Order: sequence, then C-alpha cells, then structure tokens
Amino acid sequence: MMNLLKNLLAWVDERFPLTSTWKAHASEYYAPKNFNFWYFFGGLALLVLVIQIVSGIFLTMNYKPDALFAFASVEYIMRDVQLGWILRNIHSTGASMFFIVIYLHMFRGLMYGSYRKPRELLWIIGMIIYLALMGEAFMGYLLPWGQMSFWGAQVIVNLFSSVPFVGQDLAILIRGDFVVSDITLNRFFALHVVAIPLILVLIIVAHLVALHEVGSNNPDGIEIKKNKGPDGHPVDGIPFFPYMVVKDAVAAVAFLIVFVAIIFFAPDMGGYFLEYNNFVPANPMKTPEHIAPVWYFTPYYAILRAVPPLFGSQFPGVVAMGVATVIFFALPWLDRAPVKSIRYRGPIYKGFLAAFVVSFIGLGYLGLMPATELYTWISRVLAVIYFAFFFLMPWYTKIDKCKPEPDRVTSK
Amino acid sequence: MTENVDQSKRRMLLAATAAAGGVAAAGAGAPFVMSLMPSERAKAAGAPVEVDISAIEPGTMISVEWQGKPVWIVRRTPEMLDLLPKHDGDLADPSSSVPQQPEYCNNQTRSIKPEVLVVLGVCTHLGCSPTFRPEVAPTDLGANWAGGWFCPCHGSRFDLAARVFKGVPAPTNLIIPPHQYLSETRLLIGDDDKSKLKGGQPADKGATV
Repeated sequence: MMNLLKNLLAWVDERFPLTSTWKAHASEYYAPKNFNFWYFFGGLALLVLVIQIVSGIFLTMNYKPDALFAFASVEYIMRDVQLGWILRNIHSTGASMFFIVIYLHMFRGLMYGSYRKPRELLWIIGMIIYLALMGEAFMGYLLPWGQMSFWGAQVIVNLFSSVPFVGQDLAILIRGDFVVSDITLNRFFALHVVAIPLILVLIIVAHLVALHEVGSNNPDGIEIKKNKGPDGHPVDGIPFFPYMVVKDAVAAVAFLIVFVAIIFFAPDMGGYFLEYNNFVPANPMKTPEHIAPVWYFTPYYAILRAVPPLFGSQFPGVVAMGVATVIFFALPWLDRAPVKSIRYRGPIYKGFLAAFVVSFIGLGYLGLMPATELYTWISRVLAVIYFAFFFLMPWYTKIDKCKPEPDRVTSK
Repeated sequence: MTENVDQSKRRMLLAATAAAGGVAAAGAGAPFVMSLMPSERAKAAGAPVEVDISAIEPGTMISVEWQGKPVWIVRRTPEMLDLLPKHDGDLADPSSSVPQQPEYCNNQTRSIKPEVLVVLGVCTHLGCSPTFRPEVAPTDLGANWAGGWFCPCHGSRFDLAARVFKGVPAPTNLIIPPHQYLSETRLLIGDDDKSKLKGGQPADKGATV
C-alpha cells in the first residue's frame, strides 16, 4: 500500500511539481521562530475567505437577485431554508470578522515595518486585496435589498457623481440607471459573487507567492535569511509545516469559538454587524432617519463628512476619503527609519502610531454617529492626525532616535 | 530526544484531537447539508391536497397538482371496469405484486372505490406524463386498446387501472399515491393517516408518501 502511494507520487511528480511545491511553500518554507500573537491574522484572513466563499455559494442557491424578490428571498433563507439562518449569519458575521482580521493584520505590518524593503510589492498586493475587499463588502451589502442596502448604495454611488465634469455620467454608469434599482442590484450581484471573488483569490495567491519569495518579516524586523546555517536554512527559522500550521490551528480554534458565539448569540452585534434598518425592505421613497455605513467603512465616512464643501462641491471630501484609503500604498517610500520594527524605533514613531490608532478608532466611532457640530470638529482634528501620520512620516522617521537592531531574533 | 517520546500518550492525543475535530467538522457541515434539503416552503408545497370529485363525469379525468406532480383522478364507467380483467395476459404485473400502491389499493381496480382511480401521472420509465386515451380501439393505438394512458416520450402503455403493458419501456405500474376519502365527494391526496384527521380536516401538513 505504501509502495503504491509512493509510486503514484513519483508518477505525479514527473508530470506536476507536487512535492517540490509542497516543500517550497510548506515543509521547507522557513518562517521566523519569533512570531507572536500578531502573526495569527494572515492565516485567519485566509480562513475567513474560505468561510465566506463556502457560505456564499450556499446562500446563492436560495437568493434571488431581483428587486422584487431579493428581500423576501433573504427572509426565506432566514425562516424557511433548513438551518439557512445559520448560513446567513455565518456570511454576515464573516464580513465583519474579515475586516477585524484584516485591520489587525495591517496594524501588524505598521508595527513591525512589514511594508519596508524588500516587501514593498507584498504590501502593495495586500493593499489591492484590501480595496477589493471593500468593493466586495459594499456590493454584498446591497443584496439583501433592505433600507440600509439601498440608501447606503445610493450615498456611496453618489460620491462618484461629485467628480467634476464626468461625475453624473460616472454614477449613471455604475448604477446602470438614474437611481439605484433592480439593474444595479443585478450587476452588483454578478460582481459580488463572480468577478470580485475571482480577483480576490488570484491576488491572494499572488500575495502568498510574493510573501514566500521574500520571506516573512518578524517582530524584530530583521532578515532571518541573512543568517543561514550549514544546511542552507535560516538558523532563526522553523518550517511552516508542521510548526506554524499547528500554531495557527490553535488560533483558528480560538477564533472560531468567538465567531460561532457571535453567530448564535449576537448575529446583528447590537446593530453594528447587521443594521436594524436593513430588516426593512428597500423603499426608494423614504430615507431612514439616520444612515451610517457598516462599521468597517466608518473611519473613511467620517473623513468624508469632516471636509467642508469647497466651491459648492462635495468633491474635496471625496478626494480626502479616497486619499485616506490609498495613502497606505505609499508607506514603503514614506518611511525613512533605519530600522523596521517598533521595538527598535524611537519615541516619536511610537507616538505617531499611537495617535494614528486613536484617530482611526475615533473616526470609526464618529462615522457611526449623527454629524453634530461638535462631532464634525472632532472628526476634523482626528482626520488631520490621520493624514499627519503619513505625510509627516518622511520627516519624523528620519529624526527619530532608533535603537540598534539585534543580529538574531529575540524571544521572550 | 525521540527516545523520550511517550508514544501511547501521543497516539491517544492524536485520536482525541481527530475525534473532536471530526465532531466539529460534522457540526459545521450540518447547516450546509441541511440547507440543500427541501425548505419549509417546499415541504408546504408537498402538503396533502384536498379535491372535490363530485363534478367528474363518468369516463373522464381531472388532474390536480400534488408535490409539484400531476395526480389524475378518473371516474371509470362500469364498461371500463368490465374490460379491466380481460387483458391481464398482456400486462407486466396484472396483480400489482410490485408495491407501487398503498396496501388498501392492492386490488383488481387499484383503488379504494372501484370507479374512482387516483394515480400519480408520472411514467415509471423516465418521468414523462402520459396522455389519457379513454377511447376503445383508436386507429393509432390498435384494435386491442381498451382505454388507458399512452406515454408520448417512449411509447409506454398503461390500462385504466394504470397497470403497465408488456413489452414497453416502463418497468412497473404507475404509482398510486396515499389518499383517503374525507366524505363521499371530498378526497385528500397525499395523506392516508386517519389518526391525523380531526373532524374530517387534516390536522397536519406533513406529507407522507
């Protein structure tokens, strides 16, 4: 029996790089041995992706992308399809968990300088994934055809109409209609279930290929590949399989416990994961009293609202929001510090990073709140801090007092 | 290092982990598999159907929908009933030995009341719905035709007790669905459990076939 399998494997290997691929990406891919808590989230993001794809496929079997039936078909899934409510809660919870995991994953990159040379392209691919994910979430949110689905899409699509000269036509092109309608729903469905998932999977593969080409960063921000043993493997690295896989499995179990607890006990998360107004069918004649995007978009939404109209146009706010999302692309070239990891950075960077985190969370909170005058002013202050983190980075990372990096990774 | 490994403990831990993981995987798989089964709406569509049969003229047939499939109700004339036993030799299963009918319809006429036949209008070959041809000896079906159903898809023939003839593609007689009389003229198709009836009304929508 063992011999038979061995022969089969040899047969396959002569025709397909199975064993060599497994070695290159798992059993002989050396990851730094000093990975800590923050290194769980990349793998968890992959887990959530699988959960979203599988639950999404099963939801598609009962969902109807038609303005007349969409809302009812979601209710049908919730009430009539056997255990359909679990599938729906998995998918809606998964959307929010995806962003939680991705934001922590990105924060890890900020802390340990994972975007720095030679990982610029890895970071850029990751940012493309992030943008694709935002598009995926936005289009998916229209599908239940509730009040928030409709008016959220209405507001976001109208952002594009503020673009000078071509804005109105651009918005019409996106909607395929003069208002968000059945046509819009139908195309968002196509993009949400086919186009963007395909793109996502492809660029996630690219993300992993790029990662395995340059090797993982680590909490010390030093290159383990610079210090190889006689066997040619980094002395501070351990094979991804089985060691990192086992470590990630523990994280996956802990994560799934939280995930399942949300699904069963708080699927709407007090109105943050599933907004209450979205349990009312879309009504183009009546806007709900208070509209806010889902929580993962609110930092940018708060920036949008914080910028006052200039020359009678909302466009500057839209630009600010756009810049706030794409500015991350420039990080590898904004950072001029001689070290990567926060462990060896000076107090100025630490202060700026802390201020950035406060501004991001603060903006996220304010984006959920009605825009009062006080809140708008706080949003403006936080938005300035948000941008200062990036735009002042070439300056403050240069003058910061960094500590010397160690030669070998450190573990506590 | 390897000689210090407690192999039996390791095996036990492996087995325990695999068992716990298996249970978790089965639990996680449940909603996905369950969602593929008929939903509550589909089950409601499969609920028993009540039919008023008082208006069916002798020698004619009505068709009602039950579980998305046609169910035929025929009021056979005495002449039709007389002809039934005459062609037993041409039938594949004249005495209905294959259980294609509830026990109470395992008789010469395959029905509760001799004149009223209730039958599922789905050919036992590949699922087409045969055509009702009650006339005797039409030119296209031959001189021996004593009334029945002819399947347009592959030419299967059934007599007026929905029994299949020899030498046609269909292997068995048509299915007689469970049914019962709520009164002289009211028929309940899809449920023959008398205990479920309260005052002549079906108490539950759960279908039994």
